[in-house]
Amino acid sequence: MAKAVLDFEKPIFALEQKIREMEIMSTQTEVDMTPEIEKLKEKLTELAHKTNKNLTRWQRVELARHPDRPHSKDYIDRIATRWTELHGDRLFRDDHAILTGLAMIGDQRVVIVAQEKGRSTKEKLYHNFGMPNPEGYRKAMRTMQMAEKFHLPVISLIDTQGAYPGLEAEERGQAEAIARNLLIMSKLRVPIICVVIGEGASGGALGIGVGDRLLMMENTWYSVITPEGCASILYRDANQKEKAAEAMKLSAQDLLDMKIADKIIHEPLGGAHRDYDAAAKSLEIVLTEEIKKLAVLDEDELVNTRIEKLSRIGVWEE
Amino acid sequence: MSWFKRTVRNILTDTEDKKDIQAGLWIKCENCKQILYQAELQRNYHVCYKCNYHFRVPANTYVDLLLDENDRQPRFTNVKPADPLQFKAQKKYSDQLTTAQKKTGSNDAVKVFEGHSSGIPVVLAVMDFSFIGGSMGSVVGELIARATDLARETRKPLIIVSASGGARMMEGSYSLMQMAKTAAKLGQLGDAGIPYISLMTDPTTGGVTASFAMLGDVNMAEPGALIGFAGQRVIKQTIGADLPEGFQRAEFLLEKGFLDLIVPRKELKQKIHEILSILHVPA
Ligand SMILES: [Zn+2]
Repeated sequence: MAKAVLDFEKPIFALEQKIREMEIMSTQTEVDMTPEIEKLKEKLTELAHKTNKNLTRWQRVELARHPDRPHSKDYIDRIATRWTELHGDRLFRDDHAILTGLAMIGDQRVVIVAQEKGRSTKEKLYHNFGMPNPEGYRKAMRTMQMAEKFHLPVISLIDTQGAYPGLEAEERGQAEAIARNLLIMSKLRVPIICVVIGEGASGGALGIGVGDRLLMMENTWYSVITPEGCASILYRDANQKEKAAEAMKLSAQDLLDMKIADKIIHEPLGGAHRDYDAAAKSLEIVLTEEIKKLAVLDEDELVNTRIEKLSRIGVWEE
Repeated sequence: MSWFKRTVRNILTDTEDKKDIQAGLWIKCENCKQILYQAELQRNYHVCYKCNYHFRVPANTYVDLLLDENDRQPRFTNVKPADPLQFKAQKKYSDQLTTAQKKTGSNDAVKVFEGHSSGIPVVLAVMDFSFIGGSMGSVVGELIARATDLARETRKPLIIVSASGGARMMEGSYSLMQMAKTAAKLGQLGDAGIPYISLMTDPTTGGVTASFAMLGDVNMAEPGALIGFAGQRVIKQTIGADLPEGFQRAEFLLEKGFLDLIVPRKELKQKIHEILSILHVPA
């Protein structure tokens, strides 16, 4: 797979390349370069930390969209066993932008609902770039109601630039499908843990995003619209996306500060795309913890706490 | 006709007001282009008496239209918008708020009342499209939530009149989360067995449609109202083709199965009374 490299990743990649060259040289010439290599490795770690610390909000958006970033399928492959995908909304058709299914995470039985963007061109088309149609939301609703019936927690993986803005999506009631999910999820009598693993834009993300926990992977974003969408409306210029990203305060840390997100899941240094296994492990550990915490609440307490949390969100004067 | 157009333009403050009723003796119908006598138009509930076109009207019109006289108690009037993100794009959000408040005389894009409609005690929330496009920020979400709680606690039916361009981007994810908040409250209202009538007026789009507007026990709309999730410009770009005639209009949604009924403005009160008298027995 050809590695895509973002601008701010270039110095890191250059240093890594240098280290690899020295290691090769060291073996070939049988000259012990260990001290120099160690020094460079320290420098690398330092640079990676510094880069990570100073990322702008727009750069986080770029990481969330990194061509090599792990998607739902990559995580499911790594954290789930006994995965059985369940297809279709029983009404119209199967929407490939949202995957749903049964699985085990560790020793926990769960239902997974996940937006999938696809990686290759063919996959992207198949998954409609992770932009669901109404039938995707209705499939998610169906499987979440199944989770309720069999007392299984729901894990929702969010990764979308929005619900698909198509003619037929409107005909089939995109707005109704999302609205219905918000209502059903708000009172589902099993734990729901939502995780933004990449991008979270608008009602398209929220349509599978109401739950007891909102977790965000470190290099993700969540807001009411994409930075480009905001820029084209409020700046009348989509190129102002970096400014829009800053203005909307859409990073994981922002959402945590707003008390909308509950926790940030740390990614391997440089981003989840640098080490899928480590990113998946990090996600699995947090999911397992949170499932256990929520499992002790009785159903009324669970739903009341969820609705109370939603009720508090917002800022007004009075 | 140029003198007429110019007069009309001068009164406008921005393009969103295009369809607002203009002051003056005469007005041109947006739809059939006929010149209408303002007083006659008013008597006809701002519905064109030549072609039945429903003009966009200020929020207060629906309060007058739906609530019985001498019993309209405004609620939650002390809730005001803040600027939590200190948002600034081409304009500062705080300035936009001040301008909108001066223009409309309201704190934000929704007003809540308790009163009676044809003798039935109700809670009414009415959105105001002239306040930053009726966009939903924290205050709109909070007031819809409070109106819903009030309806549940007092066991009065809830009526929400929607008019919205969607989310209030200047409040970022706070704005988005109001969709979940309002939907959750409506879930509780439904569980308590209290009816909720959603009336969608021109236009009802974006996050408002994809949350409380579509969740009525009865979803109704005025004739010709634009109702949808995605904006028409975006859809056009996505599909690379023109949109069919009548797309996203109330009649289209009725045909596709997302509205229970379309009700002409002058029949709204009577129709709501008929529905509530069947769904709801006052305590
Ligand atoms: Zn007319």
